[in-house]
Amino acid sequence: MRIYVEGVGLCGPGLADWVQARPVLAGRAEHVPGPTALPPSPLLPANERRRAPKIVKIALAAGAEAFAAAGRDPAHTATIFASSGGDGDTIHDILSSLASPQRELSPTKFHNSVHNAAAGYWSIATGATSALTSLCAHDGSFAAGVLEASMQAAALGQAVALIAYDVPYPAPLSAVRPIGAAFGVALVLSPLPSAAGFARLGLTLLPGSHTPSFAASPALEQLRQTTPAARCLPLLAALADDVATVVTLDYLEDMALMLDITPRPAEGWQAPA
Amino acid sequence: MTALALSDFSLVTCLGAGRDQTIAALREGRSGLAPCTFEALPLDAYAGEVAGLETQPLTNEWAGFDCRNNRLAALALRQDGFMDNVAAARARYGAARIGVFVGTSTSGILQTEAAYRRRDPAGNLPPGFDYAHTHNTYALGHFVRDYLGLKGPAFAVSTACAATSKVFASAARMIAAGLCDAAIVGGADTLCATTLFGFHALGVMAEGPCRPFDAARNGISIGEAAGFMLLERPGAAHGADTVLLLGTGESSDAYHMSSPHPEGLGARRAMALALAQAGLEPADIDYINLHGTATLAGDAAEDRAVSTLFGSDVPCNSSKGFTGHTLGASGVVGAVFGALAIQHGFLPGSPHTNRLDPGFGSGYVLTGRNARINRVLINAFGFGGVNCSLVLGRAA
Repeated sequence: MRIYVEGVGLCGPGLADWVQARPVLAGRAEHVPGPTALPPSPLLPANERRRAPKIVKIALAAGAEAFAAAGRDPAHTATIFASSGGDGDTIHDILSSLASPQRELSPTKFHNSVHNAAAGYWSIATGATSALTSLCAHDGSFAAGVLEASMQAAALGQAVALIAYDVPYPAPLSAVRPIGAAFGVALVLSPLPSAAGFARLGLTLLPGSHTPSFAASPALEQLRQTTPAARCLPLLAALADDVATVVTLDYLEDMALMLDITPRPAEGWQAPA
Repeated sequence: MTALALSDFSLVTCLGAGRDQTIAALREGRSGLAPCTFEALPLDAYAGEVAGLETQPLTNEWAGFDCRNNRLAALALRQDGFMDNVAAARARYGAARIGVFVGTSTSGILQTEAAYRRRDPAGNLPPGFDYAHTHNTYALGHFVRDYLGLKGPAFAVSTACAATSKVFASAARMIAAGLCDAAIVGGADTLCATTLFGFHALGVMAEGPCRPFDAARNGISIGEAAGFMLLERPGAAHGADTVLLLGTGESSDAYHMSSPHPEGLGARRAMALALAQAGLEPADIDYINLHGTATLAGDAAEDRAVSTLFGSDVPCNSSKGFTGHTLGASGVVGAVFGALAIQHGFLPGSPHTNRLDPGFGSGYVLTGRNARINRVLINAFGFGGVNCSLVLGRAA
């Protein structure tokens, strides 16, 4: 199975966006880790920009950048949202309320607690009426998202997007589910070669236990290991450096996802046979 | 799409465990809803609770997965010889060639609710609490995959109340692309304070048992369910009574986080896409299993969508008067009801619904009756404006 990358979006610690992060990920600029900036999204109504859940902000930031790079319209693009959990702050607030004598929940917090909250806000913000889904495979959620996105692109014969993100839980959940940093990544993926397509991915599922590819620096490797959505970093490094390579991404305990990455040749993609 | 066979299926709801108890309740028109006594929560509501889960813990190698959601999933997997049929498929295809795509909205969050009540004075969670195998959204997928001895690709879909419908579409794409030869689809959602108090906060909980499509409907009753299906390409072993998955349709409302589009535009598009994928016209459908949660706005929007597309001649009902709204599990509950309707030639009615909303135009059925049913459409809609429709049909 093959798929073409048309656009990338990124939002992580010391990785403000894909354009800024590209030399860092390619090993040509120093990575300066810091808190992830979650920019208020211009896609949201003014009254929701600041109070929107963190996972919504990060998904919208990464998604908007990838769509702009690809020159695609999110309103007509099936989009797959992948996350190892829902919005940690919202879930903690609900669980705290339920453990208190009053047990009163905010209706807004309740609808923000669903795993597909980012997909819902995205649909409203971009006018997307196509299929939107939201999925989870614990630490392997990014690889699961690549699989589902590739299947949808193949079935539809159209470009799709994958937006994967994780945000740390507050205490006490952070002790049982530590997540390193807020991190969001988006890929616009086409089943066919196109002018925007700058790399091709060949997908292979590898049954059994496999050592994954590592990130380019100790700090990035720590991010990869501690943040499920950042399991994509070996792929991003290859895309940033424009090199042909094969990377192995963590998926399940007994299955990995291998990606054979080919940059666009100088003469462009050959028309498919 | 290429049709896929539902080689086996299994369901547990408040109506009972397994296919026989389920079809018996549908024939009797017997609702499983009762005043909610779950965990003695101070709520004036009805619920569709599965009895006895408190006394059926997961033990031995499965103890780490023990939580209400995985208990209910295990109970469903053990019904009707489902595990034997999965074992036979595993022998046919190999464990790595069978995918597991399950849906849930809250997974095992009930476990974390209890852990929060038992925080120590410093605010720490109690020792032994296992987030990954209980609360995490994928905990259900991990458990089902391991319990069935499967090693294929897997994930959990969590699109609120459309979760266990969308997994059919994911599985069909995986099989079409050759990444799997067969797949387990379905899922589970169980009662928890998060959803009981959450829907209460939204002001959409009915005081009595829910009354879908009734003129006096006043909200939902929450239920719990687990259901699973084995999907594979039809072969010589599949007889004329085999139920096939013929089409799936997915859309989004782009309207509101917790209210449907008032004209049901997204719902209509999902139904039309499912019909198109199945290569069918609206008149080819013999029974529609509606989402029909019994909220004022939800039922009105769905009636608008259904009557616009199908007119008033196609019989339809909602399962919610039988089972309550089983949230993320409602898609697979509808799919099992649809499959049973085809195999048993029975069109279910709608307990607790007495007087249809006079403004509605769809062909809502109040009382069950025998009828030959060849093709069924199943609706599920959820928070975030997510819509998914399935079309099932008789093999011959």
